[in-house]
Amino acid sequence: MAAELLLKVENLYKRFGDNVVLAGASLDVPRGSLVALLGRSGSGKSVLLKCLADVVEPDAGVISFDGRELTKDAPSTRAVFRQRCSFLFQSNALFDSLTALENVALPLEQTTDLKAKEVLERSLEALKQLELEVHCDRYPSQMSGGMQKRLALARAIVTRPELVLFDEPTAGLDPLRRNAVFTMIAKYQRQFGFTAVVVTHDVPEALLASDRVALLDSGTMCFQGTPQEFATSTNTVVGGFRDSESALGRTLASIRRGETIHTEDS
Amino acid sequence: MVHRAGKLTLSLVQALGDFAIFTGLAFQSALGSRKLGRRVVRAMFEQGVRCLPVILIVGMFTGLVLGLQGYYVLNRFGSESLLGTLVSLSIVRELGPVLAALMLVGQAGSALAAELGIQRNTEQIAALDTMGVSSHAYLVTPRLIAALLVFPMQTALFCCVGLWGGSVSGSLLLGLEPGIYWSAVERSVAMPDVRECMMKAVTFGLLTISLCAYHGFNAHRSKAGSGARAVSASTTRAVVQSSIIVLAADYVITSFLI
Repeated sequence: MAAELLLKVENLYKRFGDNVVLAGASLDVPRGSLVALLGRSGSGKSVLLKCLADVVEPDAGVISFDGRELTKDAPSTRAVFRQRCSFLFQSNALFDSLTALENVALPLEQTTDLKAKEVLERSLEALKQLELEVHCDRYPSQMSGGMQKRLALARAIVTRPELVLFDEPTAGLDPLRRNAVFTMIAKYQRQFGFTAVVVTHDVPEALLASDRVALLDSGTMCFQGTPQEFATSTNTVVGGFRDSESALGRTLASIRRGETIHTEDS
Repeated sequence: MVHRAGKLTLSLVQALGDFAIFTGLAFQSALGSRKLGRRVVRAMFEQGVRCLPVILIVGMFTGLVLGLQGYYVLNRFGSESLLGTLVSLSIVRELGPVLAALMLVGQAGSALAAELGIQRNTEQIAALDTMGVSSHAYLVTPRLIAALLVFPMQTALFCCVGLWGGSVSGSLLLGLEPGIYWSAVERSVAMPDVRECMMKAVTFGLLTISLCAYHGFNAHRSKAGSGARAVSASTTRAVVQSSIIVLAADYVITSFLI
């Protein structure tokens, strides 16, 4: 029996001027799963994620959340959806003028009717779950990159969302930190039970951490399936992505042999 | 030529409409905004307490210079006793609201435009939107409400310090009888002058702070692209346009009230 879908994207189109970014992208996200969204730079992953987060308005297509078509809904109904969904930015997007505690408390203060005491309790609880309770009075600038990432996650989960969207959480990190971030996402996704969509370029880590993999190429989804299916897929784009490491090895060997190499600017 | 002029006019009208919607939205969002009072107090602190020294210093020197210049001009006609009239009407009707607004633009307005520009750059504004928090209500509304309250207060302070500066120049340094100066001030400044002064202060506060917020908030739309250059370009634009709009609005209000 197929898993129940929390999020379903059908034929999403988005263009900025003459630049077509999404050209009929579709995506299925089962409830409680961790979906890795792969793709080359500029393939439209972040735009797709921002369409899902309702920050960017798609030109056409349907986004259904929990069986309800968001693209047909009024802005007020979308606001309710936003409360059930969180977005983790690549840059963390923490408020530098607010302390860690104030950053985490912000969505609760602004979007719920909770009393100040409850806001404080839930914020401290979120900070404690992410092992940041002793740093609650610190400003983001006084924290390390990893702590900032955890703080951003604490802010994302404090509203107890059903869906968390991660926009390239490991971009620019060294391999050890990359592993730590993927471990953190997988750990807390299991612990809190939210559904996660993670945009990333890190194929090996994504295959290990995710339940499903989707590959976006030129604005369309060219593959969706389990990591095992991704590993054995005969799709040429999937193959190119999966075997990029061995392809690099072959190219470097050719360079060392003095052969002429045609580079592709991606 | 005509084509370019038409295009320019259209883009100007579009920008004005965009600005009006932005300001309207900021006030409209006040209705559903939570914990607005706390943010208004913080904005009042930024525009009020932080800008107080510059208001007091500029106000004092304006009064001092006006007293000095006015005394020697009036002295030529043997009318030094009218120094209080000259200083008070100049400051209360024109210089007080205009210079206080320019100083507030220079300090609070530029800081606001830069802060919002950086928040746009670092996706803090987008983060608010994804949380379901109105970025207008959270970031812009408190600043606008604070401006409506702080600009008149700062202008009143500027005028008081300016009048005192005029008295220091005229009486303390140049020997005019203080009683003559202050009685001229009392006789000259009537309620309509104070009303005009406050009306200008409120208008300047609304126009300049919303303009600075508008440019900072939309820093990503800057022709300078994104990043530090976009923030710097939007801050410069905010300060320049706000300064011009203060003088233009001053002319319009004065021509209606005179």
